[in-house]
Amino acid sequence: MRAQQPEPPSGRRVELFLLVLAVAIAVYGYVDVGSDMDGKVPSDTLRYGLGLGALALLAHLAVRRWARYADPLLLPIAVLLNGLGLVVIYRLDRSTPNDSTAPTQLVWSMVGVGLFIAVVVLLRDYRVLQRYAYVVALTTLLLMIVPAFLPAVYGAKIWIKIGPLSFQPGEIAKIALAIFFASYLAQHRDALALTGRRIWRLELPRGRNLGPIVLIWLVGAAILFLEQDLGTLLIFFGLFVVMLYVATARTGWIAVGLVLVGVAVVPVALWEPHVHVRFLDWLDPMRTIRLGQGPSQLAESLFAFAAGGLLGTGLGLGHSYLIGFAMKSDWILATFGEEIGLVGLAALFLLYAIVVVRGYRIGRELRDPFGRLLAIGLASLLALQVFVVAGGVTDLIPLTGMTMPFLAQGGSSLVTNWILIALLVKLGDAARRPRLPVPQLLTPPPGSDADSAARGESGPDEGEPGEGVPGEGVPGEGTPADEDPGGEETQAVPRP
Amino acid sequence: MNRRTARNQGGPAQRPGPPRGAVRLSLSRTGRRAGLFCLALILLLLANATRLQVFQGKSLNENAANQRTVIARYSQPRGNILVAGEAVTGSKKTGGTLAYQRTYTDGAFYAPVTGFSSQTYGNTLIEGVEDRILTGQDSRLSTNPVWDAISRAPVPGGNVFTTINPRVQRAAFQGLGGKRGAVAAIEPATGRILALASAPSYDPNGITGTGPATVADWTRLNADSTQPMLNRALRQTYPPGSTFKVVTLAAALQYGLYSGIDVPTNSPDPYTPKDTDHAITNESASDACTNATLAYALQVSCNTVFGKVGVDVGAQNMVRMAEAFGFNQSLQTIPVAVARSNFDTDLTSQALLALSSIGQYDTAATPLEMAEVAAAVANNGTLMQPRLLDKVTRSDGATVQSFGNRSFSRPFSAGVAAQIQQAMVGVVDSGTGTSAQIPGVVVGGKTGTAQNGVGNSGVPYAWFISYAKPSATAVSPVAVAVVIEDSDANRADVSGGGLAAPIAKAVMQAVLSG
Repeated sequence: MRAQQPEPPSGRRVELFLLVLAVAIAVYGYVDVGSDMDGKVPSDTLRYGLGLGALALLAHLAVRRWARYADPLLLPIAVLLNGLGLVVIYRLDRSTPNDSTAPTQLVWSMVGVGLFIAVVVLLRDYRVLQRYAYVVALTTLLLMIVPAFLPAVYGAKIWIKIGPLSFQPGEIAKIALAIFFASYLAQHRDALALTGRRIWRLELPRGRNLGPIVLIWLVGAAILFLEQDLGTLLIFFGLFVVMLYVATARTGWIAVGLVLVGVAVVPVALWEPHVHVRFLDWLDPMRTIRLGQGPSQLAESLFAFAAGGLLGTGLGLGHSYLIGFAMKSDWILATFGEEIGLVGLAALFLLYAIVVVRGYRIGRELRDPFGRLLAIGLASLLALQVFVVAGGVTDLIPLTGMTMPFLAQGGSSLVTNWILIALLVKLGDAARRPRLPVPQLLTPPPGSDADSAARGESGPDEGEPGEGVPGEGVPGEGTPADEDPGGEETQAVPRP
Repeated sequence: MNRRTARNQGGPAQRPGPPRGAVRLSLSRTGRRAGLFCLALILLLLANATRLQVFQGKSLNENAANQRTVIARYSQPRGNILVAGEAVTGSKKTGGTLAYQRTYTDGAFYAPVTGFSSQTYGNTLIEGVEDRILTGQDSRLSTNPVWDAISRAPVPGGNVFTTINPRVQRAAFQGLGGKRGAVAAIEPATGRILALASAPSYDPNGITGTGPATVADWTRLNADSTQPMLNRALRQTYPPGSTFKVVTLAAALQYGLYSGIDVPTNSPDPYTPKDTDHAITNESASDACTNATLAYALQVSCNTVFGKVGVDVGAQNMVRMAEAFGFNQSLQTIPVAVARSNFDTDLTSQALLALSSIGQYDTAATPLEMAEVAAAVANNGTLMQPRLLDKVTRSDGATVQSFGNRSFSRPFSAGVAAQIQQAMVGVVDSGTGTSAQIPGVVVGGKTGTAQNGVGNSGVPYAWFISYAKPSATAVSPVAVAVVIEDSDANRADVSGGGLAAPIAKAVMQAVLSG
């Protein structure tokens, strides 16, 4: 088939080059911490470099073999963010000699990359996920109910703790929910979009179409309410609204969403002490100083950002440890802000923005609504996490106690985000994979290499007629830019 | 735009739609909007970070609750204060958040000069006024300001070189011994302060850190009734008593009241100013103070003569002379701030003017001020601005700032100065100050025994001011003022000549022998 169609650039070389760069930057950060704090290069620099390099290489090889056409930026950015997170956690470990967390985080990084590879290798066709959407969603909800009956940890009932290991089901639930939303909306979006009633200028959906999705959301919100985890609630809600809007194009959803979030958040903010204090701090971060209670964690975080200024103090030279509790997880961005400055912070935000943009681009390039919605959902999920966490520690929104994707200490979050990247890699691979002309589909060429490739490719072609896509299969559709019009036309056609 | 118009035209025509076929769903369009929304969120974060790190950076950094300022201040060894090229201060690692803490090699001995630098109680004296140099914050310390600002590398603290002569300082403290009092010694020709002693002193090492031990030591020092942390040489004023007669003498000669020190003064004994019934008398009735010459009156310290001289000079000229000697300066700094020495400017009563002119009533002076009086005489009528510092350097030794000699005033002519010197030499040769005599050295001085307390109920203060010259024509290397406020001493024994003059002598000898 390569002889018939020119092979599009796979981007794997770019990815490899960027991975080398990412590992090099992370290792430089590690050396910088050592030289600034001890005046010497850390003795295990080589081990750290080789370890991170090995993880990156394994992930790269898996992508090369099983997701050949994936977006080449996703994996290097994930490796870079994870590597920098490890560096800064190591740096903060140096300020808290009794609480060494970098080794554990390194283990979680290995687990994360392992799961990334597992997803890349095992998930032959992402559309399998659509079939199990309900199962995934229900299982996750069950898992999330469990912590509600366990004692609260750090003021929130979001942990399942078994011995030394702890896990937050809420983290992985985000992805499960994105899958469920994508699946449900792909099936029912016509009904949701085309029926409903108009009240004033808002087109509101009919209750019965909305039923299942609101039910799931309500159960999730109720659990979170019980567990006092405002951050996950905000992200769930944000994801819900964004995906509904994308699927149905109805601005009414945004209004419904705002009302829903208001109903959920306002009582919690007013009457739940743990959350109420965070609201007060958000409105006036220096409140506790005026009350003579010393700076709150939020005030210390703002001090850290301010101390960083434009260029930062340099790794290891700041004093973000003054934040105290959870400085390595919820507050880790403050250390970045202080030690690499606004310039470094802008670079971090840019990295996240690139992943988000690439996710949306994958969504645009894909042809089936489920894939599209899933890619957009996952990208939005990342953007929302970044916004809720970074906005919280910089006093843009109330603090919610979430972890910065890839950077923060915390296994559940890290593992979840590696899975998120793995799914985007698979979606991207499917989006860019050159298509077989229709006749060849009927007679797959022999050979193991072609076999596996054909399976991956045959998926979309089989699926799309089922979705009622008249435009698919038109020769010359291989380039992503051409896809939109063809894709658009299909959307309003009722399912057979 | 193209895409949208194409869709609008072609959409309905291509396929049969539902009844509301005009509604078409475009994942592309909504996706693009949602994508832009996500990017807007991240952009908002960036804008907010800019607000914190750039626009509000200054106010957040300067917030009193922000510990970074304090952490930075103690993040490196503090620069040192040097006496005769040797550091009398140091720094030690604390192992805590505030990395370095001040130490003093001979704390109590130099405390009246250095002051203290405490993580809990701030900084005083040289530690206070040169704090920015010592911490490295002073912009002049940076060899490459632009690079230092970018790299944020802390600039090492600078060093402060004092004018103190350790031998003179030692003589002053040894002379004071266990007695309460103070010594200030000046090099008259330059204004360099050679010694500043205040007894009892205290060891600042105990209060430089943080924590309960520091607080306990601070509390103990403040509760001590002898006020060990009071710098008596610079910050305490005493009625100067008879030592002030030197100022009155200078005024009498400078303003032409008498042509010389050997002219009879036409003064009664006792002397009763016109507007009072209270007569001014002399300590000893055996002295011939009636119509005494100025020289003799200074020699035996006639209150009657100088009381009347003061009245004859007049309030205006007395104030003028006192201020030329450095009285009534509210903001004197050396560069450490010195307390204001007072001579009343609104005296209308002759009785009070007479008392003020013999160093009583409201007249009050710091020991440093009285040393300046002696120094102006010794320096032939030119009063040099007293100074405690020679220079400030970077940690590598490069000079950042030199403190030159500056004249403060010229209270009287060289001719008048010669006559005052002659009178003061008379005091030491054959008057009240004989215990300050140094063989082979020309010493001029003046004793003082100032009344203290309401109705003279307290033990009087013993004063001695003097200067020394290797020969009559030589430049004077030292002028000194000593005050003793010893409540344990026998009241009858308290006199300038008895308690204070020997200390002044030891201090002058320490200078002359070097």
